[in-house]
Amino acid sequence: MNVRSKDKIARFAFLLAAMVTILILVLIIFYVLFNGLRVVTFEFLTSPIKEMGKEGGIFPTIISSIYLALLSIIIATPLAVGTAVFLTEYTRENVATKIIRFGANCLAGIPSIIFGLFGFVFFVIYLRFGWSILSGSLTLACMILPTIIRTSEEAIKSVSYTYKEVTYALGGTKLQGIYKIVLPKALPGILTGIILGMGRAIEETAVLIFTAGLSIHIPTSVFSSGRSMAVHFYTLAREGISIEKAFGTAAVLVISILIINSISYFIMYRFMRKYT
Amino acid sequence: MLLLIFISSGFLFGCARKTQSIVLAGSTAFQPFAEKLAEVYMEKHPNVTIDVQGGGSALGIMTALQGIVDIGMADMVKLPKEADPLTKTIVAMDGIAIIVNEKNSISKLTSIEAQKVFSGDITDWSQLGPKKGNIRVISREDGSGTRKSFDKLVLGKIKLTKNAMYQDSNGTIREAIKSDPNSIGYISIGFLIPGVKPLVFDGVAPTNENVKKGIYKIFRPVYFLTNGEPGRLAQKFINFMLSDEAQSIIKKDGLISIK
Amino acid sequence: MKYYLEKIIEKIIMLIAFSAISILIIITFFIFKEGCPFLFKNGILNFILSPAWDPSTKEFGIFTMILGSLWVTVGALIFGVPLGISCAIYLAEFADKTIRGVLKPMIELLAGIPSVVYGFIGVMILAPIIRTYLGGPGFSILAAAIILGIMILPTVISISMDSIMALPRTYKEGSIALGATRWQTVKMVLLPAARSGILAGVILGMGRAIGETMAVIMITGNAIKIPFTPLDSVRTMTSNIALEMGYAIGDHRAALFATAVMLFVFIMILNTMVIFVVKRKN
Repeated sequence: MNVRSKDKIARFAFLLAAMVTILILVLIIFYVLFNGLRVVTFEFLTSPIKEMGKEGGIFPTIISSIYLALLSIIIATPLAVGTAVFLTEYTRENVATKIIRFGANCLAGIPSIIFGLFGFVFFVIYLRFGWSILSGSLTLACMILPTIIRTSEEAIKSVSYTYKEVTYALGGTKLQGIYKIVLPKALPGILTGIILGMGRAIEETAVLIFTAGLSIHIPTSVFSSGRSMAVHFYTLAREGISIEKAFGTAAVLVISILIINSISYFIMYRFMRKYT
Repeated sequence: MLLLIFISSGFLFGCARKTQSIVLAGSTAFQPFAEKLAEVYMEKHPNVTIDVQGGGSALGIMTALQGIVDIGMADMVKLPKEADPLTKTIVAMDGIAIIVNEKNSISKLTSIEAQKVFSGDITDWSQLGPKKGNIRVISREDGSGTRKSFDKLVLGKIKLTKNAMYQDSNGTIREAIKSDPNSIGYISIGFLIPGVKPLVFDGVAPTNENVKKGIYKIFRPVYFLTNGEPGRLAQKFINFMLSDEAQSIIKKDGLISIK
Repeated sequence: MKYYLEKIIEKIIMLIAFSAISILIIITFFIFKEGCPFLFKNGILNFILSPAWDPSTKEFGIFTMILGSLWVTVGALIFGVPLGISCAIYLAEFADKTIRGVLKPMIELLAGIPSVVYGFIGVMILAPIIRTYLGGPGFSILAAAIILGIMILPTVISISMDSIMALPRTYKEGSIALGATRWQTVKMVLLPAARSGILAGVILGMGRAIGETMAVIMITGNAIKIPFTPLDSVRTMTSNIALEMGYAIGDHRAALFATAVMLFVFIMILNTMVIFVVKRKN
C-alpha cells in the first residue's frame, strides 16, 4: 500500500471517528428531547409533584436545583478565587504551596460519592443539619471548591507578568495591579471554572440524595429538604414511576445545560473581544 | 451578579419556617404509601409539611435512633436489637411476593425450590420447568427490611447465592425483572404491577387476602419508630395513620391494613 | 490611607485562603480519620485481597469491587481513548476553523449531560441489546464500559486537541517540507510530541471513569463476585459506597470510609503520574 493511500485511509478514519462521536451526541440528545419535550408544558414546569412523580409537574425540583446551585456557588467562589489569588500573588513557590496545589488537584479528582459520604456523615448526621438544602449546598461547595481553585489559579497564572510590571511601573500598588489588570484578564478562565462547577452541581445525583434528600416540596428555607431535577429524574426512571415524566425531566435538564453552556460561551466571547 | 445574591438571600431569610414539619425516612416498600398519606394529611392541615425520604429500613432505624428524623419506617419481620430503645407502632402489614418476568412460564415455587434457587443450588430454569436459561437472582441490599424479612422467612440460615445482582429499592427490582425474562427476585406485594408475575408459594397465591387469612407466610409488619415518645406533630401523624380513613387508603392502594 | 486599605484587603484574602485550605484539610482528614483505623485494625492486605463482602457477618473484603472498578475503567478507556484521540486528531489537524468552532462546543455539550441520563440510556437501550444479542444479564461490564467510554470522550478529546494544537507550527511545517504526508506527519511527529498532553488527558479521563457512580449503579447489576467475562455483572468501589452508606454504622461504615481512602490514594497516584508526565514534556 503506497503512502498516498495510507494517508487517505488515515484521514478517512479520523473523519469517521469525529463523525461517530458527533453522531453519538446527536442521538443521545435527540432521544432525550424527542421523548421528553412532548411532556414539557408550561404546566409541567410550574406544577407541584403529585403521586411521587407520577402526576403533576417538576416545579419544586427546579426551585431546589436553582437554590442548591446558587448557594453552593456563592459559598465556593469567594473562597476559591481568594485562595487562587493568595497562592499566585502573595506567596512564593515553596513546598507548602506545592502541597496545597497537589491537594486541591487530588480533591478535584476524587469521586463525588466520597464527598457524598463525607457530607452525609458530617453535615446530615454529625452536625445534625438533617437532609436539607444546607447540607446539600455545603457538600456541593466542598466538591466544586477544588475545581474552581484550580481553574482560577491557572487563569490568573496565565496572565502575563508584563501586565503587572506595567502597573507597578505606572505607580500602582500590588492590589491595584491585581484588581484592575490581573483579575479582569483572568475572568474568562475563572468564570469557566464557576460554570463548570455549576454544571456539576446541577447534574450531581448521588451526593444530593444523601444530603439534600428526596422531599417533593418546595424548600422554604435552607433547612428544608428538596430534591433536585437530577435526583427526581433518577427516582422516576429507576423506580419505573413514570418513564414519560422521567424523559420530561431529562429534557429540562439537558436544555438547562445547553443554556448554561451557551451563556458561558457568550460571556467568554465577549470578554475575549473586550480584552484582546 | 449582585442581583443574584439579593434573590438568594431572599430565599435564605425571607421564607422563614412558617410551616411545621416532620421528616420520615426508611422503608422503600412503604415510602409511596407514606407519601400518599402525607399528601392526604397535608391537605387537611395546610400548615404542616411532611417529608418522606427513602433509603431502606435500616436507614430508618439508624436515623430514628440518632434523632435526625421524627419517624423512622422499617418493614422487618423482626427488628434488630439496635431498635430496642425505640417506640414502635405498627401501621400496616405487607407481604412479599417472589416475582419473575411475565413471559416466564413458571408460575409456582415450593419453599424448598425457592431456597435452592436463591442460594444458587438450582441455576437453570430447566430444573424447574420447560423453560431453559440461566436463572438470574436479583436481591436487595443488606439494609433493606424486605431483604432481611425475605432472608429470614424464605432462606432461613441459608446464604444468598454469590451470583446475585443487587438493586436498591422495590421499584428498581421490579423494573429489572420486568426487562429481563430470566430473572427472579422479590418485592412487596404492594408493588405488584402487570409486567411481573408473582409466584404461588407452597401452593398459596401471594395476595393480601391470603396474608390476612394467615395462609401466605411471607409477610412482615411495617413499623413507625420514634426515639422515645413521639413529638406532638409526629404523634398526630401516627394517630392519623392508625385512623380508619388512612387504613382504608392503605388497603385500597395495595397494602394490608391492621384493622 | 490607601496603604492601610491595601494591607487590610491583603489580610482578608489571606484569611479567605486559609479558610478554604482548612476546609480541604478537614475533608481529607475526616475521610482518613474514619477509614484508617479500620484499615490498621483489620489489615490492609486482608481488606484489599479478600473477595468476601458481607456486612451481616462482618466480612469486609473489597477484592471483587477493586476488580469491578478496574475492568469497568479499562473498558471505558478501550472505548473512549482511541475514538477520542482520533476525533481530536481530526479536529486539530484536518478540520477547518469553522467546523472546529461548531464541533468543539457540541462535544463539550456531551460533557454536560448528567451521568444519570447516560445511565438511563444504558438501562433502556444498551442493556437489553447486550442481553438479547450477546447474552448475560445485560447489566454488565460491557454496558458500563460503553457508557463510561462515551462519558470520558469530551475530556480526552478536548485535552488531546489542545495538546496537539499547542505544538509549534514548525513541527508540522518542517515535516511537510521534508515531503511527509499529513498522516505521516501526525503519526511520526505530532503525536509523539503531544504525547504527554494526550496522556494527561487519558489519565484524567481514567479518573473520571473510576469516579462515576450513578450511571454505574444503574447498568452493572452490582453483583459481588469476581468477573470473568465482559458480560458479567460487577460492583465497583464507588457503587458499593453509594449502595450501603445510607445505613452503614460502626465497622461497616468504617469499611466504606476505608474504601474511600483507597480511592483517594489511587487518585493521588494518578495525579502524581500526571505531574511526572507533564514534567517530562518540559
